[in-house]
Amino acid sequence: MSDPAHNGLISLRGMGRDRLEGLLDRAQSYVGSPVTEQLFGATVTTAFFEPSTRTRLSFERAAHRLGAHIMDLSPDLSSTTKGESFKDTILTLTAIGTDLFVIRHWLADACELAARWSGRPVINAGAGRREHPTQTLIDALTLRQEFGHLDGLRMAIVGDISNSRVARGHLEALPALGMELTLVGPTPFLPNYNPWGVKVSTDLDDELGDTDVVYLLRIQSERGASAGIPADGGYARRYGMSEERLSMLKPAAVIMHPGPINRGVEIDDAAADGERSLILAQVANGVPVRMTVISEALGGSG
Amino acid sequence: MIVIRNAGVLRANKIEQATVVIEGDTIASIGMEPALNGARVIDAKGSWLGPGLVDLHVHLRDPGQTWKEDVESGAQAAAAGGFTAIVAMPNTQPPVDSGSSAVTAFERARAVDALDIVVAGTLTKGRAGKEMAGFDGMYEAGVRVFSDDGDAVPEAGLLRRVMAYLRDLPGALVAEHAEDRSIAGEGHMHEGMVSSRLGIAGLPGIAEDVIVARDIAIAADTGAPLHIQHVSTMRSVDLIRGAREAGMRVTAEVTPHHLALDESSLDGLDPNRKMYPPLRGADDQAALRSALREGVIDAVATDHAPHAPAEKAVPFEEAPRGVIGLETSAAVVASYVLGDDQTTFFDRMSVAPARIAGLERHGRALEPGSPANLVLFDPKRRWVPGSFVSKSQNSPFAGMELTGRVLATIHEGRISYEGGLR
Repeated sequence: MSDPAHNGLISLRGMGRDRLEGLLDRAQSYVGSPVTEQLFGATVTTAFFEPSTRTRLSFERAAHRLGAHIMDLSPDLSSTTKGESFKDTILTLTAIGTDLFVIRHWLADACELAARWSGRPVINAGAGRREHPTQTLIDALTLRQEFGHLDGLRMAIVGDISNSRVARGHLEALPALGMELTLVGPTPFLPNYNPWGVKVSTDLDDELGDTDVVYLLRIQSERGASAGIPADGGYARRYGMSEERLSMLKPAAVIMHPGPINRGVEIDDAAADGERSLILAQVANGVPVRMTVISEALGGSG
Repeated sequence: MIVIRNAGVLRANKIEQATVVIEGDTIASIGMEPALNGARVIDAKGSWLGPGLVDLHVHLRDPGQTWKEDVESGAQAAAAGGFTAIVAMPNTQPPVDSGSSAVTAFERARAVDALDIVVAGTLTKGRAGKEMAGFDGMYEAGVRVFSDDGDAVPEAGLLRRVMAYLRDLPGALVAEHAEDRSIAGEGHMHEGMVSSRLGIAGLPGIAEDVIVARDIAIAADTGAPLHIQHVSTMRSVDLIRGAREAGMRVTAEVTPHHLALDESSLDGLDPNRKMYPPLRGADDQAALRSALREGVIDAVATDHAPHAPAEKAVPFEEAPRGVIGLETSAAVVASYVLGDDQTTFFDRMSVAPARIAGLERHGRALEPGSPANLVLFDPKRRWVPGSFVSKSQNSPFAGMELTGRVLATIHEGRISYEGGLR
């Protein structure tokens, strides 16, 4: 094995279709699989510098099911509140004994730097607004289970795309899997430039009849998104997934959301809890996908 | 006595292959072979000899941040870059914003032999953007260039009063860092294809454009001369061109890094390519190059902004803004824009900036009796910058092959740098 830091998963950018499908195949094989001792003795450190519930818990459960030990850094209780730099935190955790880092951070290059500083593989559990690659794999797996294929599927990503690392991960990988993406939202929520060359629309109702997947995003007020739109609730009327909008969809179309959801804003109960909703299936697929990337990072063949 | 043979000499109306003889602080003769008793003879075949370079925009970090740079190390770096005069920006700690601080800064500057350091003063007290700085005291101490560099003057009303006052002081120049903070926010790179793809908060070009437009309007209203620092956008260039065509006294500078690089080189998030204004789009870069050739942008200025290695060895979004530029400026400008045109090269690198800053002993064509502030530059020499004379090493050009190298620098008849001579 060459540089161990290269076996992590930091970005899906440039990853070919074969490699992506290989990851999905392997994740599918982990669905409902028994606990193994495959990674017995390995230590996986979760270092989340931004709040997370589902992602962190699902990584922990994935590591447990592979037999690995978890070391969790909770920055709000640790030295980072005493002014320790990100670099020193990574070096310290490496010295304690870490085989793999799972990192969430507000910085776009946090994972690359942690890999360089530690010499350990790093899995990106959400870096800045740049990418959230395991969420992308989860959503691809969920759609493949639902439709049996991804080729030609049309997904409308709706909402605060500018602030969304989930959307950026999707934009890097889902077209390579044969999907067609459209970005939908008010102009302040859309990226100012379109390096992906995908379709962009400000009118959700125009898109609904033509889409297989409506992928809703939360408004990330913590990243300043609320300042881009009026505070009068008009967003929900223009872009919220309401019962009326559900009726405009194709019969087989589905609703997805990476969570956490804000009911009554981007999604109504009828959409979140209805039969088109794949939201809980997405959450369930978190474990097999994360088992896959942890196992690959630590060189396990499965 | 210094004798330089076989260089292409930039004279008032021509470029001439000739022998230049320097005695004392003056060019004694051009074209005549002197008696060589004890003279230093430099054979400079294929090289350009012209007036020493002048940089309108340097951060010496002294006083206040001398771990990054100080007057002496900055002077040595500048001499190595071919400069014989530099304008030191006033955003030191404390800033140069009064007569007494200007007197102190000039005393430090005049203690340096390697080149002339010209002290700039702030436009507002404490560089805080609230009230006028002590213009008369600074002017009496010798300050002619005034800038709040690092920030634009935020309030249009204050800038109008500042310009109305400085208009009455002959030779005084209002130099603006054009950035509207209410638009730029906390951005880290040009708002464009790369920032959109990486989800990095952007610095849109419009943050510069609106200040350039505002400042030109206020300059037209007050009649004060205006200099736009480190122009980086296509629209700014168009606004400046329009002002010049209307006969206004508006000048502008561009940095070597904005001429050479664009946003595409930020894909790897290298903190040594983070600065303000940020590396812009390819269309902006093309507009800057042609504006410099045309003369719509008068001068190249480095915005030499040293930061210590540890300060830059951090995540991109946490890294301080700024890159060093003194030691690579001539090579970068020759490599990317003006390497084929000696006359224009020396105009933009020396003649024009000396005129803008009002420096009589710099930026003059070589004639008998001219001051011996000179640079010898080989436009064909290839080299790869690695380590720098500056205390800081935050260059975007480290490891890149450049074409054109400063061979030697002469300040007031004395060799201040000769590290490029073989």
